[in-house]
Amino acid sequence: MHLNPTRRQVLQFLSACGVSLALPAMTARAAARRRDERPKSLITLWMNGGMSQLETWDPHPGTKSGGEVRDIATTNKDVRISELLPQMAEQLHSCMLIRSLTSKEGDHERGAAFVKTGYRPEPTLKYPTLGAIAAHELPNSELEIPQYVTLAPDRIVPEGGYLGNQFDAFRVFQPGMGLSNLKSYVSPERQADRLQGLNVVSRQFEQRRQFGAKRTLHQNTLDRALEMMSSEQLKAFELDSETSGVKAAYGDTSFGRGCLVARRLVEVGVRSIEVTLPGFDTHVANHSGHVTNCKILDPAIATLIQELRDRELLDSTIVLCISEFGRTPGINPAAGRDHWPNWFSCMIAGGGFRENTVIGSTPTDVFEGKKADGKLILPAEPVLVPELYATIMATMGIDFRKEILTPIGRPIRFADALPSAYLLKNP
Amino acid sequence: MRAVVILFALLIAVLVLKAVQVAGRVEQLSGSPAPVADDQQLGAAVARLNEQFHRQWQAENVQVVDSVDDFSVLRRLSLAMFGTVPSLEDIRAFEHDDQPNRIDRWVVRMLQDSRYSDYFSERLARSLVGVEEGPFIVFRRDRMTAWLAQQLHKDASWSQMTKELIAAEGLWTDRPAANFITVARMEDEGLNVNKLAGRTVRTFLGQRIDCAQCHDHPFDPAWKQADFEGLAAFYCQASLSPGGVTDYKSGEDKQEVVYKVVDPGAETGRVVPSAVPFHPEWLPADGGLRHRLAAWVTHKDNRRFERAIANRVWGFMLGKPLHEPVDDLPHPVDGETDALDILGQEFRARGDRLSVLIRMIAMSDVFRLSSESSADDEETYTKQVQAWSVFPLVRLRPEQVIGSLFQAGHVRSIDQNSNPFVRVTKFGNENDFLNEYGDLGDDELLQQVGTIPQALLRMNGRFTAEQSKVDGFSAPAQILSFSPDNAALIDNCYLACLCRHPAVDERAYFLNLLESTTEAAAEKRQANPEAPAASPESKPTRTRAQVVEDLVWTLYNSPEFSWNH
Repeated sequence: MHLNPTRRQVLQFLSACGVSLALPAMTARAAARRRDERPKSLITLWMNGGMSQLETWDPHPGTKSGGEVRDIATTNKDVRISELLPQMAEQLHSCMLIRSLTSKEGDHERGAAFVKTGYRPEPTLKYPTLGAIAAHELPNSELEIPQYVTLAPDRIVPEGGYLGNQFDAFRVFQPGMGLSNLKSYVSPERQADRLQGLNVVSRQFEQRRQFGAKRTLHQNTLDRALEMMSSEQLKAFELDSETSGVKAAYGDTSFGRGCLVARRLVEVGVRSIEVTLPGFDTHVANHSGHVTNCKILDPAIATLIQELRDRELLDSTIVLCISEFGRTPGINPAAGRDHWPNWFSCMIAGGGFRENTVIGSTPTDVFEGKKADGKLILPAEPVLVPELYATIMATMGIDFRKEILTPIGRPIRFADALPSAYLLKNP
Repeated sequence: MRAVVILFALLIAVLVLKAVQVAGRVEQLSGSPAPVADDQQLGAAVARLNEQFHRQWQAENVQVVDSVDDFSVLRRLSLAMFGTVPSLEDIRAFEHDDQPNRIDRWVVRMLQDSRYSDYFSERLARSLVGVEEGPFIVFRRDRMTAWLAQQLHKDASWSQMTKELIAAEGLWTDRPAANFITVARMEDEGLNVNKLAGRTVRTFLGQRIDCAQCHDHPFDPAWKQADFEGLAAFYCQASLSPGGVTDYKSGEDKQEVVYKVVDPGAETGRVVPSAVPFHPEWLPADGGLRHRLAAWVTHKDNRRFERAIANRVWGFMLGKPLHEPVDDLPHPVDGETDALDILGQEFRARGDRLSVLIRMIAMSDVFRLSSESSADDEETYTKQVQAWSVFPLVRLRPEQVIGSLFQAGHVRSIDQNSNPFVRVTKFGNENDFLNEYGDLGDDELLQQVGTIPQALLRMNGRFTAEQSKVDGFSAPAQILSFSPDNAALIDNCYLACLCRHPAVDERAYFLNLLESTTEAAAEKRQANPEAPAASPESKPTRTRAQVVEDLVWTLYNSPEFSWNH
């Protein structure tokens, strides 16, 4: 007798009995789906301020640009990463590192806009983020909570852009610590009375504004907000049912809790989630800044990947760790590194992307972004952000070539590039 | 001890002075605004504008809706000019004003109120410098908006302001207009002339040529890449120094500073001379490059200049510009005159002051149209919306929502004369609310619907809870205390929140609630002690204060509150 069933077998069994252990957003059947049978979700881990590639995924120890950091071996025998990420070193066989992302935007706001949307910012049109496009294109009708969530967000809010602000990410400022504005501050009886009164006043407004009022979507938005207030799926934002061991593994930090909530949101069927870790704008004391931040990042991201794998969710979840740009190879007089869009790194795990792989390499001890003749110096095997995003969209089942007629009358494609099969496990 | 006594006496003196000041102001407010001087009358100009719309409606055969009452007009004006609903204090003063030309007189008075200059300057600043934090140290948004407010308060000429902005020199703190230039500073690049050229055309000429920076405009053959480059060249001599914005006349090698564009793949840059895309004869022969550009932009025959600001102010007043997007106007056609031209011509003829545009729009027939339509189908309604024969339903801007919430929570107008505590609380509330509610950024005139987090914030957020509470000097508390009866109580709540009286069925519904409170039951028992006691199920559970709070919450969450209609 087989007494050690896999998690999948247990879920299949329970699902057959009409029982689901998952949080109740998907149907029991959908929740039980694993690996690539399951619709794909995207978790973006946003390293706000510009993470240094040299102190994380692309160290150059022993060189002038390398700074104080040393490298360590990883589970990918050909790859060494920063000593500041020891737990991630144990997960690297599940990951793909891209060390050759390039951008032309060296300003925080412009850089973030470019890396979040795949389009360089322009004054006349706001582009939607990758997450907003996923929410727009892959609606989950079972979901009573928002389709696009940002946890511990910074000032730059992921936006729906030309798709409309209804596709802006739902912001959770303190992940795992409760949600604001989701409980009425009066008794249920009084709330019921209030809503009844609201019907009377709304009816008066709508009486002779039949078409106009419909276009405002006011009632529709209100109904969805009320549905969310009473939804069982809100439990995905709570961590009470998680063991103290799991919570400790992610780390008792806002980012750690954010990653844990992100896993729970994936389980209920949320398609795109962003978790922000601030503090990477290390113009001063770059090394110590990264020591501090990597202590938060390393356990959270490693545990997230491990847990997704254990729950057989990694094949259907893309985990992308990225920032608006990298940091200069040169170290300034304040022991800091400045903005460097010429090359920077990102890490991708799951979702059908290649594993145990490194793409691109960067020059050592090159301190200028341009040659004497003004031409840009590029890393080997450069990967463009729009190309990466087209690939993610294709992987998620989004038509990256789809054109939307924007409010300024210009048709714009979701992705400004073609996908790269080279980035995928099974192209 | 003596020090304490002196301090106490000073405090009393300040409070007395404040009370006298407030009393004086109330007296002034409660009176009717003075008649508008004969030489300031705009009747003929407004008639021209109205005629244009009526001709258009007739030609297009669209149904024109009825006009609204003056209360609705007052709400629209207050939202547009102050960013809040009118206070109950103002509504009552307005109600008692029975002199002729009430709307125009009130608009003129509102134009003199610092709430107008403060609010309009913030909105204008968005088109001039955006909402981003901007470059560190060299950009001071607060100085820019304070300068704009000052200009609006003295009713300065828009073309004069434009010239100061484009040709500004000096420190960004000392000469606030210079922030229009310094906001274009890019890290490691200095001033970005492309950003300045694009912004100049969008803001002052109401057209978008940004894409011509890299190639000829794909949809408008009139805009070539050379046009963009020629305009950008006007900014090539502007530079930033510790003394602020200056114009380099010559470079280190004593050669005149020229603008060079490096084409993709080219080894060296090519020199681009400054040039304007049309009517070069408007360009003065002498002067610095930016001074010449400013003179060309504001030239009396440059219709684009007046049409651009007319379209933007129309957008500020009605929530939706005449042409969308606000800065993508079609080219003016020789021999054709549309509503923007009429507004622009009258504006130019009267010293190109924004106040003229505001007054003309406020007095126009379109501004008075109802947002209610008897259209039988969606297509007819759409036609009406496109022809401006119905007032557009436009979502209130985030600061209008919190401004209105806060104003409706107070009986008196919140302005520069308000209690400092009230003003500080308002400022703090506004910032916190905007952080949660979200800001519209530069795209403030782009039509958007509401979001779920915004609905949740309005329903369950602390701002709604605080402003609907019957507590201390809040409007709900004062209305509850001073309304002579239940009908007046409901009426006052409706006026404070929605600037209208309740409809018959609305009044009946809330009257019923107010007659079922614990206090009402106690009064009935007192009046008739012999009456049988109510069963526990039918025993009232709400107090009057709770019903008032619920009523105010309801009004705050109604579509009518968060939409301009």
